[in-house]
Amino acid sequence: MAESAIEHDPVNFETHPDRYKHWQLQVDGAVATLTLSVDLHGGLRPGYELKLNSYDLGVDIELADAVRRLRFEHPEVRVVVVTSGLPRVFCAGANIRMLASSAHGFKVNFCKFTNETRCEFEDMSANSEVHWIAAVNGACAGGGYELALACDEIFLVDDGSSTVSLPEVPLLGVLPGTGGLTRVVDKRKVRRDHADLFCTKAEGYRLRDAKKMKLVDDGFPRSKWQGNIEAKVAGALKARGGAQGRSGVSLQPVQPQITQEGQLTELTYEHVSLSIDGAKRVASLTLQGPKSTAPCSAKELYEQGDGAWALRAFRELDDALLQLRFNHPTEGLILLRTTGDSDAVLAWDSALSNMRDSGDWFAREVQLHQARVLRRLDNMARSMFALIEPGSCFAGVCYEIAMAADRSYMLDDPDQPNHIALHDVNFGAFVTHNGQTRMAIRYLGDPDQLAELQAHREQVEALEAEDLGLVTLSPDDLDWEDEVRIEIEERVSLSPDGLTGMEQNLRFAGAETCDTKIFGRLTAWQNWIFQRPNAVGDQGALARYGHPEKPVFDWKRT
Amino acid sequence: MGAIDYQTLIPNNVNLADDRRLQRALGRWQPNYLEWWNEMGPDGFQTKDIYLRTAISADRQGWAHFDYVRMPEYRWGIFLAEPDPNRKIHFGDHMGQDVWQTVPGEYRNVLRRVIVTQGDTEPASVEQQRQLGNTAPSLYDLRNLFQVNVEEGRHLWAMVYLLHSYFGREGRDEAEELLCRRSGDEDKPRILDAFNQPCDDWLSFFCFTMFADRDGKYQLASLAESAFDPLARTCRFMLTEEAHHLFVGDKGMERIIRRSAELTRLDPNGEARNQGGIDLPTIQRFINFWFSYCLDLFGSEISTNAADYFGHSLKGRFQEARRYDEHTALNQFKTFTVASAGKLTTEEAPLRNAMNEVLRDDYISDCQTAVRRWNKAIKKIGVDFEMALPNRRFHRRQGLYAEQNFDLEGNPITEAEFEANRDVWLRTDADLAYVRTLMKPCHEKGKIANWIAPPRNGVDGKPFEFEYVRLV
Repeated sequence: MAESAIEHDPVNFETHPDRYKHWQLQVDGAVATLTLSVDLHGGLRPGYELKLNSYDLGVDIELADAVRRLRFEHPEVRVVVVTSGLPRVFCAGANIRMLASSAHGFKVNFCKFTNETRCEFEDMSANSEVHWIAAVNGACAGGGYELALACDEIFLVDDGSSTVSLPEVPLLGVLPGTGGLTRVVDKRKVRRDHADLFCTKAEGYRLRDAKKMKLVDDGFPRSKWQGNIEAKVAGALKARGGAQGRSGVSLQPVQPQITQEGQLTELTYEHVSLSIDGAKRVASLTLQGPKSTAPCSAKELYEQGDGAWALRAFRELDDALLQLRFNHPTEGLILLRTTGDSDAVLAWDSALSNMRDSGDWFAREVQLHQARVLRRLDNMARSMFALIEPGSCFAGVCYEIAMAADRSYMLDDPDQPNHIALHDVNFGAFVTHNGQTRMAIRYLGDPDQLAELQAHREQVEALEAEDLGLVTLSPDDLDWEDEVRIEIEERVSLSPDGLTGMEQNLRFAGAETCDTKIFGRLTAWQNWIFQRPNAVGDQGALARYGHPEKPVFDWKRT
Repeated sequence: MGAIDYQTLIPNNVNLADDRRLQRALGRWQPNYLEWWNEMGPDGFQTKDIYLRTAISADRQGWAHFDYVRMPEYRWGIFLAEPDPNRKIHFGDHMGQDVWQTVPGEYRNVLRRVIVTQGDTEPASVEQQRQLGNTAPSLYDLRNLFQVNVEEGRHLWAMVYLLHSYFGREGRDEAEELLCRRSGDEDKPRILDAFNQPCDDWLSFFCFTMFADRDGKYQLASLAESAFDPLARTCRFMLTEEAHHLFVGDKGMERIIRRSAELTRLDPNGEARNQGGIDLPTIQRFINFWFSYCLDLFGSEISTNAADYFGHSLKGRFQEARRYDEHTALNQFKTFTVASAGKLTTEEAPLRNAMNEVLRDDYISDCQTAVRRWNKAIKKIGVDFEMALPNRRFHRRQGLYAEQNFDLEGNPITEAEFEANRDVWLRTDADLAYVRTLMKPCHEKGKIANWIAPPRNGVDGKPFEFEYVRLV
């Protein structure tokens, strides 16, 4: 029971540009500038100073918030410039003392969260017509360079001293785990031997070599910096086209009501409820379907603003997932439920898809947001069972939740109608990190069945669902209670580490992408290193960084 | 090939004539160096005969060879102090092992950074001082300026020698970069901040050689302890030359102060400025400015790099072997005074992490010795004024005390209080403008400007009236 309590204050993911301590979000027409000036003493926890624009989770929560607001509140933005407000330093990456003093689980979740935000940059670039420019106006190390790597273009100041670097291996004995290794070779296509040189050279490369190796796109001296960056912005604007006449939708806070009674904690949102049973180590996450009818026009959707069910419910789901990750680490199994009218869900899916097809930015962003929250769900290091019961609405986008689960149980009770339903969105709008739909992954071995289902639009009852492969099991009403109870009890008795590893390996069959390599290969190796004495032992490199003694390594390689 | 006659042109004790790798590197670098010297070295006087000291060997007889020479023809040489075949590493984690004659791969990057940072200061100061010849207060001072300049050039050579000989292609690239950065340049500034400050009047020059070059002395001395033997030997030899620069600064300050005190006494209202001199409070404000800037050069009070440098046996304490009994510096702590919520309290840090501060301690007490001597001179003349060094917390831009405000005694104050006193404590634009009005050349043999006292002795046993620079 050593890890039953979290080892830090509960993390709150809600913030607003007015309250940012570290980032400044400035929007000027179609150009937004994100300026990093980290408040030295503004760390989330005591015990470390955020020197040289280094970041902790608090800094990245602000970044994630800014990115989210850019999407919804500033749809007119076409180019985002990421730069530093401190002299001679762009960003020194994740704060080492913070990392060294964090528990393993926190480190893992911190890295996962920061990774998801960087993937969102790229999602915006690929799907929202937004071009990202990293204006690296000073030293750029580790996570700082990884932040730049998530942008479309990287420009480095040519001042004879500023470098880009990934010093994690030589300095800390860990990996540049926020996408660094992957994006260097996979996205920027830096030659492998160059990447090897780069990743072992703690001080990194100045412009000349960095450009030669394609680590950056170009660079300019300080006196010509502003003008050249502006020219690059203008060029990107021209290429991306304008977005006049759009005005944004402001996002109101998402804050659950929290009640606690003994080992039971309830988080209640408008459309989502999360019930945590500490004794059983099981969490129940329930999403309510839409209560009102779907909007008929883009105008109607826009008028609903951030109160629109498809946006609000998924923002709440997103927050609930983060709450689980950071604040409730021991609940190893999540029971996923929905309640509501499946036709209403399908109507929302149709409405959003139609508006998106006719070019409505807001509908597009709402759907892209749903897609990202579902990917966050895929990335949960918890077992997930979907429980499909009468009164549920596992249809369209909500059926994606069932597919994200490791198993799905559907009650077969002739007296209580219970069905699921497919929609076009299940075959295109919501791809996982590997670039495929959950349906495609599910039917990887049976493409004919997949093709058949693509035309299947009737409601599917339990037995048929099992037969078609859309759910795992469909116990009848006599078996249901005991069957589900036993499966849950068995699941929570298994090794949490074994389960995490197993689930992550089973969830993403098929193709690989940059993202899956980041969340799979890079993260898995990083998390291995994060457990190894060579990094975190008393004499390990991460633990000893900043201390007077040198690390002592166990030299055995496997 | 053979464009350079190494033996004559480059006096050395590193066997340059037989070292083809070094010849190749220097063969490419040397023309660029001369180009840099012509572009960024002293403005004017390049064709004049100057009575300069040249090191032609590393022994007692050879290191100080005096003769008239034109600066571009100065024989910048490469000298390392004589080797000690039995030298062992005497501090840090490698203590007891043989010193290294080549660079250990593990420390290649760190060592290169140390050498580049040190090397970068050498040409920087030449650039900062390039206009000063035109306003020299005497031929003696003009000659001293150029002596400092050519030797800073030689110190650059010394660092470049290490880069060329021990760091391969990356070392050669860094050596090129040393010639590309420019003091105060927006695009290619020198690495350290104090070396980007303008230094274009003689009071600033003496402050610089007094305070900034003294930082250099302590950095060189701590590198002279290094386990990397070629670096240690190079720095030991450089220290002998650096001593002259400190002498120029220390005595220059003393001569201005002495003259200021005399003029204060001479003036019926006690106003040195009315007599065409620099008043003592103005000098104090210059000292406050330069001293605080130079304290920053030592780096952060609590520093991972400092701990690594010591732990890796790369950089020792000042006179590590002589002054300390314990050389691991482990399990020991140093206490710092810190300001928290407007009050001074103390904090502890592991000694290794505090090595920058240990070196800064030695530097401060060294500076204090000079100030005490200056005060004696003022007192002897009968003026009631005492110079003082500001507290180490005053006006800092780096480390523990940056972004906080302290008064001259080191008490925490508000930003408003600091700003209200800024012009009382730090040299003002008006001070600079006034000092510049005094900067008129006095290039006549045996004459000296009114605002500075003549030196008690000349150079190389020659009198003050000696023609140190032949202007015709």
